[in-house]
Amino acid sequence: MALSIRHLLGLENVPREDIQLILDTTPSFLEVINRPIKKVPTLQGTTIVNLFFESSTRTRVSFELAERRLSADVVNFAASTSSVNKGETLLDTARNIEAMKVDMVVMRHSVPGAPHFLSRMCTSAFINAGDGAHEHPTQALLDMYSIRQKTGALEGLNVCIIGDIAHSRVARSNIFGLKTMGASVAVCGPPSLLPHDVESLGVRVFTNLDEALSFSDVINVLRIQLERKAGAAFPSLREYRETFGITGKRLERLPNPPLVLHPGPLNREVEISSDVADGPASIILEQVTNGVAVRMAVLYLLGTRKESDS
Amino acid sequence: MNSVLFKNAHIVDPISGRDEVTDILIEHGTISSIGKPAAPSSVETIDLKGAIAAPGFCDMHVHLREPGYEHKETIATGTAAAAAGGFTAVACMPNTDPPIDSAEVVRAIIDLASGLAVDVLPVGAITRKREGEELAPLAELAGAGAVAFSDDGAPVVNSRLMRIAFEYALMFNKPLIQHAEDLSLTNNGCVHEGAVSARTGLPPIPSISETVMVARDLMLAAYTGGLYHVSHVSTAGTVNLVREAKKRGVRVTAEATPHHFTLTDEATAGFDTNTKMKPPLRSRDDLEAIKEGLRDGTIDAIATDHAPHAEHEKLVEYTYAPFGIIGLETAVGLTLRELVLPGVLTLVEAVEKLSTNPRRILGLKEIRLEPGEPANLTLFDMNNRWTFDVAKSKSKSRNSPFHGESFPGKIIGIFNRQQFIRAND
Repeated sequence: MALSIRHLLGLENVPREDIQLILDTTPSFLEVINRPIKKVPTLQGTTIVNLFFESSTRTRVSFELAERRLSADVVNFAASTSSVNKGETLLDTARNIEAMKVDMVVMRHSVPGAPHFLSRMCTSAFINAGDGAHEHPTQALLDMYSIRQKTGALEGLNVCIIGDIAHSRVARSNIFGLKTMGASVAVCGPPSLLPHDVESLGVRVFTNLDEALSFSDVINVLRIQLERKAGAAFPSLREYRETFGITGKRLERLPNPPLVLHPGPLNREVEISSDVADGPASIILEQVTNGVAVRMAVLYLLGTRKESDS
Repeated sequence: MNSVLFKNAHIVDPISGRDEVTDILIEHGTISSIGKPAAPSSVETIDLKGAIAAPGFCDMHVHLREPGYEHKETIATGTAAAAAGGFTAVACMPNTDPPIDSAEVVRAIIDLASGLAVDVLPVGAITRKREGEELAPLAELAGAGAVAFSDDGAPVVNSRLMRIAFEYALMFNKPLIQHAEDLSLTNNGCVHEGAVSARTGLPPIPSISETVMVARDLMLAAYTGGLYHVSHVSTAGTVNLVREAKKRGVRVTAEATPHHFTLTDEATAGFDTNTKMKPPLRSRDDLEAIKEGLRDGTIDAIATDHAPHAEHEKLVEYTYAPFGIIGLETAVGLTLRELVLPGVLTLVEAVEKLSTNPRRILGLKEIRLEPGEPANLTLFDMNNRWTFDVAKSKSKSRNSPFHGESFPGKIIGIFNRQQFIRAND
């Protein structure tokens, strides 16, 4: 089995078989990272550049661990230390790095479509580690893997994504991926934080949190991105917490409380209370562990893929 | 070449009503006779074999970039693209550096264009430096040759200033051409807000960003009696507002671009920066409303908003790329392909939107295909399909989403200002 895709730029239009293959490949790498010696030679001789134009700690660390555990040669590039500050264009930066003979690029950028643009102009295999409000496919894959690990299947599950949907790449990738895998997806948030025409994404829409919670087998609680000034679309953090915050008290009222995911980093006592984040329904730390394994699976499948596979 | 005999020209002239295949003899830049057989003549003869001869097309909305941005386009290259695309006149927008907000810049542009086959018609700024703070010297601009006023690229946000501009411009009987956009609603967006932006996450521009401003301007125009022209109509809401205002007798005209009646926001899904323009490519419903507006006369003119940008400027992240595409060489092809062949417009109506109406809006002399009149012609062959190769564009820039597309109606050339400019193969 091989992936039909050459790059992982997003989950929109990625066939079900590819997602299935990535999720099915993940357990063997989960086994690797639970060994005392957490390393396999799979990508020995492969050079991977982590091209991060936007600050990130956990995603970059997760990718770097995944790469090193596959024995790849890893180079980290952060925009703050680069020639980007000297006015170089993205394309020139990428072409210069490629001229140093790299095989794969893991890329984060604040502009939607930036990795799509570069993948058209360059020869390396690209993995999107988040492009603005567009997609964050490995996050959605690790979310789906983590859900599947607990529930056994994605087909037929009711999954609700809660928070700032309009500015969320995690939301978009989850919507595309979960729908492809047969889950029923809903979103919930203040209408001012939902994309215009959100129904066109094929999701149910809730603006009442309790109704959303009653619908859900699983909730994915998004971070309120204070740095993106999402705050302008609602009056105050206090009001957000009161209206959309996930608290133990709210979940207690439900006959079947949902599984709780959060892509991190947490704003404790804003979108999620500590008793939920650290409570029994939460799989937040499992998500982080699974993230490394899922990324190893993606890197392995793309890095060992041959052109004749397509 | 200032004398030529065009044999078997299919004259399509909305003003005289001529619609016949005949011969046109031009001597020293003037039509000396129409009809066959033309008097024996020593001038060069070109057999048009039934190709169309129409009054010269006028693109009332282009960016020639000179002065200030000569790496994108110059008056020489922009008018060469205009000629290749079948235009004998272009109105150039004032977002140059310096902007066209003084008589000196108007005169400099007219000077640079002297001797060219394409008439270059400067549009003066409404406000100084196009900053929307105080009125530009409109009388001075009009006196130097500005054909209309616009802050294009930016809207006049201040309602009182727009009101004053409407009133003041009445002295010259020249329209205010508004780039209608409520910047607070645009909120640094770059694509249409709708189903596609919901998927791509690109920062969206809602249709109400345009429509709200048009609604305000129509109220100001109605109140002042001013002449109002809506640039690059992109939304169904604007079409409805203009249609209704025309019924009430508001002195409003409107233009639409070929890309807005051809492409929708679906084109932006691949993040190609040649799909990024302002106003953005909108929904299928908006596109259909624009076609209906063109059909029923709500939209008077087809104008390109030809906006050249250098290759390296467009080869960047989508949100960082400048807005705009070149359009002079594909406008006629798109008009014929998208409007005339499907029956939205007759050929005569298309000629009106490309020639008669924009010239009327700008207060230019009517073109008549009659003996004794200066020859101002666009020649194209409805039976000759051609393919647009952007690498061969006469423009200095290459930012077109229509590269490789096939069109009816190959341009044969233009005749204007005593010159026949043959379009290249």
